[in-house]
Amino acid sequence: MEKEHLYQYIVGIADNNLVLGQRLGELCGHGPSLETDIALTNIALDLFGQTRSYYQYAAQLSAQHQTEDDVAFLRKEREYRNVLLVEQPNTHFGHVIARQFLFDVFHYLFLEQLLHSKDDTLAAIAAKAIKEVSYHKRFSSDWVKRLGDGTEESHQKMQEGISNLWRYTNELFEMTAYENEAVKAGIGIALSELKQNYYKEVNHILEEATLSVPESPYFQKGGKEGIHTEHMGYLLADLQYMQRTYPNMNW
Amino acid sequence: MSDKEIKNLEAIFEARIDRDEKIEPKDWMPEKYRQTHIRQISQHAHSEIVGMLPEGNWITRAPSLRRKAALLAKVQDEAGHGLYLYSAAETLGISRNELYEQLHSGKAKYSSIFNYPTISWADIGAIGWLVDGAAIINQVALCTTSFGPYARAMVRICKEESFHQRQGYEIMLTLCKGTAEQKAMAQDALNRWWWPSLMMFGPRDEESPHTAQSMKWKLKRKTNDELRQQFVDQTIPQADILGITVPDPNLKWNEAKGQYDFGEIDWDEFWQVVKGHGPCNKERMEARVGAWEEGTWVRDAAMVYAEKQANKKVAQAS
Ligand SMILES: [Fe+2]
Ligand SMILES: [Fe+2]
Ligand SMILES: [Fe+2]
Repeated sequence: MEKEHLYQYIVGIADNNLVLGQRLGELCGHGPSLETDIALTNIALDLFGQTRSYYQYAAQLSAQHQTEDDVAFLRKEREYRNVLLVEQPNTHFGHVIARQFLFDVFHYLFLEQLLHSKDDTLAAIAAKAIKEVSYHKRFSSDWVKRLGDGTEESHQKMQEGISNLWRYTNELFEMTAYENEAVKAGIGIALSELKQNYYKEVNHILEEATLSVPESPYFQKGGKEGIHTEHMGYLLADLQYMQRTYPNMNW
Repeated sequence: MSDKEIKNLEAIFEARIDRDEKIEPKDWMPEKYRQTHIRQISQHAHSEIVGMLPEGNWITRAPSLRRKAALLAKVQDEAGHGLYLYSAAETLGISRNELYEQLHSGKAKYSSIFNYPTISWADIGAIGWLVDGAAIINQVALCTTSFGPYARAMVRICKEESFHQRQGYEIMLTLCKGTAEQKAMAQDALNRWWWPSLMMFGPRDEESPHTAQSMKWKLKRKTNDELRQQFVDQTIPQADILGITVPDPNLKWNEAKGQYDFGEIDWDEFWQVVKGHGPCNKERMEARVGAWEEGTWVRDAAMVYAEKQANKKVAQAS
């Protein structure tokens, strides 16, 4: 696989982690309890750790970007390739948990396959990450159940989170040109093959949580092609603030 | 109990402390000891969690991934400190909810330093270096304080605070070795955080009535002014290495005393912030109260869910 294309493939994976970690970072100190604050910060730390491994690898392959920070901070919005799901705001805790859960289930299935990638570096990153992500998935599914089957109010808020974010789930399985190429090379994952298990698992947890599975057949996509929701520009403004204001410095 | 019996118990109690024995939650203790410890430990816990806010302000804007992760981890450590300290206070017979209530109503205090704003990345360096640094000087004696749960919590906390302090200093060092603009950012942060850091040691000794009692119970080993002096003497050489200067025209090495002379704190500012009128008192309280109130439905749900699960287990067992 051509270096530049492999670079694009890796960045596509890592941007999900970066952007979700950034959203969780906004919450630090503002959660409903110290325990949830600590747990969500742990998840953010895991995601940033994984992001760094991916970007460090990507930077080796890129002609344009020299370091992990170049990759993380110095691209234009259209060059970020995360799914729309992870950039959605922390509207309320029901949204935070829904976003986490809907991503974690995918993330775990994805890493299970990435473990078998012909690319040794990616397989090694996956081997480390999957342990962390199995914890994330447990945390978020537990909270889906707790809120879904808690009080009337929490049930309603959890349902709201799931229902509002549902339209972003299908994009998780969209294939870009780079991904198709990576699959052919034995490096990448055929995402469509994860889809059935994903919805099976998600629906099962939702059922346990006494929540209903949204039925709308309409989905949104675009993030993976760099076409984001209106929230993304603000997220990047924060993320890139220092690097853009003070270019070419060491921190 | 008669007065005489109480006096007797008190004498035994004080003797135990004098022998460096630890007081444990189940032991008899004078009511004043209990109240003083609830107040001090909870104040300390509140400071940890309010302290998450000014630094949390820079998590999304940290200039590199390494710094972002380190800052997240630091703020998370502070949450952990809050957690241990609330638990230590709870052993004295007060609940975490009551303690929060005291914080939110303004009855309980927290460290005034967190009522200052973080307006540049260098502030994150300055806080680690100066604020965590001052906290260590204030708190290191607490690792051997008389109340067991507090002492044990502090051993762990002090270790992490030293790590924070080194990390903060390293941020400053990077800035001062960087471009002129970065160095100016570091200098500006020192200008703004220097005096508030000196204020962290509290009022002058003449105006600090609790000191004698606190010494006896090993909540303190040195007076406010002694600790402040120690901080200045320790920090000035570190500023020299950075090549930046503290905003005090009266700072001068005193050869005879072997320590620095320094200028007078603006005590009007000190009391203004303590009384709730610092630059960010209002914002900090709004953030804490807001998080607590917005989180009510989540905490309620967790409780109801746990009850439901427990009932299910009972039903299955019978
Ligand atoms: Fe502290
Ligand atoms: Fe702390
Ligand atoms: Fe600290």
